[in-house]
Amino acid sequence: MEQSVTVFSSFSVQDLSFLGEAALRTLWISFLSITIGSVLGGFFGWALYEMKVWGAIFLNPILDVFRSVPLIVQLVLFYNFAPIVGLNLDAFESGLVVLTLYTSALVANVARGGIEAVGKPMRITSRSLGMSYLQDMRYVVFPIGARAIFPSWVGVALGVMKDSALVSVLGYVELVKASQVLITRTQEPLLIILVVGAFYFALSYPVSRYSAKLEKRWSQ
Amino acid sequence: MISIDGLHKYFDNLHVLQGIDLEVQKGEVLSVIGASGSGKSTFLYCINGIEPVQQGSVLVDGIDVHAKTTDLNKLRQRLGMVFQQWNSFPHLTAIQNVALAPQIVKKMSKSEAIEVAARQLEHVGLGDKFNVFPNALSGGQQQRLAIARALAMDPQYMLFDEATSALDPELVGEVLDTMRILAEEGMTMICVTHEMGFARDVSDRVAYFHEGIVEEIGSPEQIFNEPQSEQTKKFLAKVR
Amino acid sequence: MFEYNFHWRPVFKSLPDLLEASITTLQVASLAMLLGIVIGFILAVSRLRGNGSVYWIATAWVELARNTPALFQLFFFGFGLGALGIHFSPYAIVLAGLTFNTAGYLGENFRGGFEAIPPTQLRAARSLGMNSWQAYTRILIPQVIRIVYYPMTNQFVWVVLMSSLGMLVGYRELTGETQFFASKTYRIFEYFAVTAVIYYVMVKIILGLSKFCASRFFRY
Repeated sequence: MEQSVTVFSSFSVQDLSFLGEAALRTLWISFLSITIGSVLGGFFGWALYEMKVWGAIFLNPILDVFRSVPLIVQLVLFYNFAPIVGLNLDAFESGLVVLTLYTSALVANVARGGIEAVGKPMRITSRSLGMSYLQDMRYVVFPIGARAIFPSWVGVALGVMKDSALVSVLGYVELVKASQVLITRTQEPLLIILVVGAFYFALSYPVSRYSAKLEKRWSQ
Repeated sequence: MISIDGLHKYFDNLHVLQGIDLEVQKGEVLSVIGASGSGKSTFLYCINGIEPVQQGSVLVDGIDVHAKTTDLNKLRQRLGMVFQQWNSFPHLTAIQNVALAPQIVKKMSKSEAIEVAARQLEHVGLGDKFNVFPNALSGGQQQRLAIARALAMDPQYMLFDEATSALDPELVGEVLDTMRILAEEGMTMICVTHEMGFARDVSDRVAYFHEGIVEEIGSPEQIFNEPQSEQTKKFLAKVR
Repeated sequence: MFEYNFHWRPVFKSLPDLLEASITTLQVASLAMLLGIVIGFILAVSRLRGNGSVYWIATAWVELARNTPALFQLFFFGFGLGALGIHFSPYAIVLAGLTFNTAGYLGENFRGGFEAIPPTQLRAARSLGMNSWQAYTRILIPQVIRIVYYPMTNQFVWVVLMSSLGMLVGYRELTGETQFFASKTYRIFEYFAVTAVIYYVMVKIILGLSKFCASRFFRY
């Protein structure tokens, strides 16, 4: 009980707005990397599907690197690699590049699965109706495939949102980094950590529930 | 002998079985016919103890199936059951499918269980499929596998729950033939079925279920040629 | 551009240490996975069969593990519990964090596995006179294992990658060890590049072994 009294005395309104700003940074870097990474990943997925040999030889092993090396190692590696090739990137920019590529590698697999899910007979049907390759892609493969992969894509997006916490190792003050700073200053680890956890949970849980519901409805 | 006395069964507010009285003698083959929703399958599940009952009793060789003191696992060894979905165990080969229960339920040695399983597989005409996994068998073969699996427990009674209704038409015959052989060997059987030909040719008695009661019961000749009840007449006119 | 002089010699000199640290990584990941499988199984059964508080505790565990960042979970076992006077060693923090996370994900996987098996399988097993225990161990669980085998493999890869968070709580698994040498020598890029390769190889070996085992175990 005594502890909870001191909790509120040392944890001020400014601290809360500090956390709030950090939360916005988490959202911002997640939003950017998920959006760009998904577009890129969709393209990679299409390339893996259409160019089986080249995809298997070149693209897939490269994408595999992003799936087989811890994100934290990728971040440190790229952050220290950029200056070597003459790029001056700050923590946000480095984090954004790595998170985007990381997202695209995960989305690529999902997207390829989506195109495969549409199935040959359906595509032969649409082509036999006289649709061009692009029309088939635009009006048949995309709508059907997108629906098939939507739940997996949501999973990837939420994963990236949570993984964005790791950009803190580069010194980018997103939510987890901000909480560490505050913990050091206020010495109130439990309260701050619970606030941060609650933020992620409040963001992730409803989305994942909603997507699970959609998946159930669509599968019927 | 199986004797059913005043059996009532509810699913929440739904009164599925509304007082069933029936006796099945040793060596008898009873076919149960009726529209879907008439309570035929539920009736079988109550005999086997898969479904609890609210009123009345089922006695199998004098043992009350629904008494608290009854060891159902032991009792079920007397009652072989074959389902509409054949439910082969997909992770086991044909012979393992059949040998598993004798081994772990009856505590036979492995070699004994395999021997029993081999015999029963031969019995249902799957002598050449011992080491095949179920996904490589046709629906008819899987249903015969399910029959062999039940027979391997050396049951006194066999309960068939619409054993052929999930099969493609061309596969129905081989399963019915297997059931016919069992009947000829003197097995006591209760068959819930939609196959009127089977009911007519093979059974000693036919029971027509209508809305949770036995509307009419008698010899196949009586039920199919001179049905007494209006409901039975209507049903038979529809399925014929 | 490329004025940077690469110095690989110190990295190669500490390669034995790095390899030893990767054994540490595999050890802590394997233990967390093992505990995660046991707890995940209990969580799945609690959510399928349990009621009241058992159901809610299991559900809360699964949802918290899946909807907050792994890094947050590690910090909770680190600083968070520290506030309550419970102090974990870095090793215990990593093990507890990874186990909590993995158990949650596997709990959800296993639940899906059980739900994917037709209920008639249980009915068929019981109709042969098997008791509940026999039906579960001989009929249901072998089928569940088959269904969740590849998701489980992916989860193990994820645990290995996630153990890199040990670096942030002072545990010297592979990434922590790399960080230790890198900050001593300032050869950050070189060290992390080699570490990335080690992770890549580890993951490939795990996936290969898993495929090999699957071809031996699952004949249907």
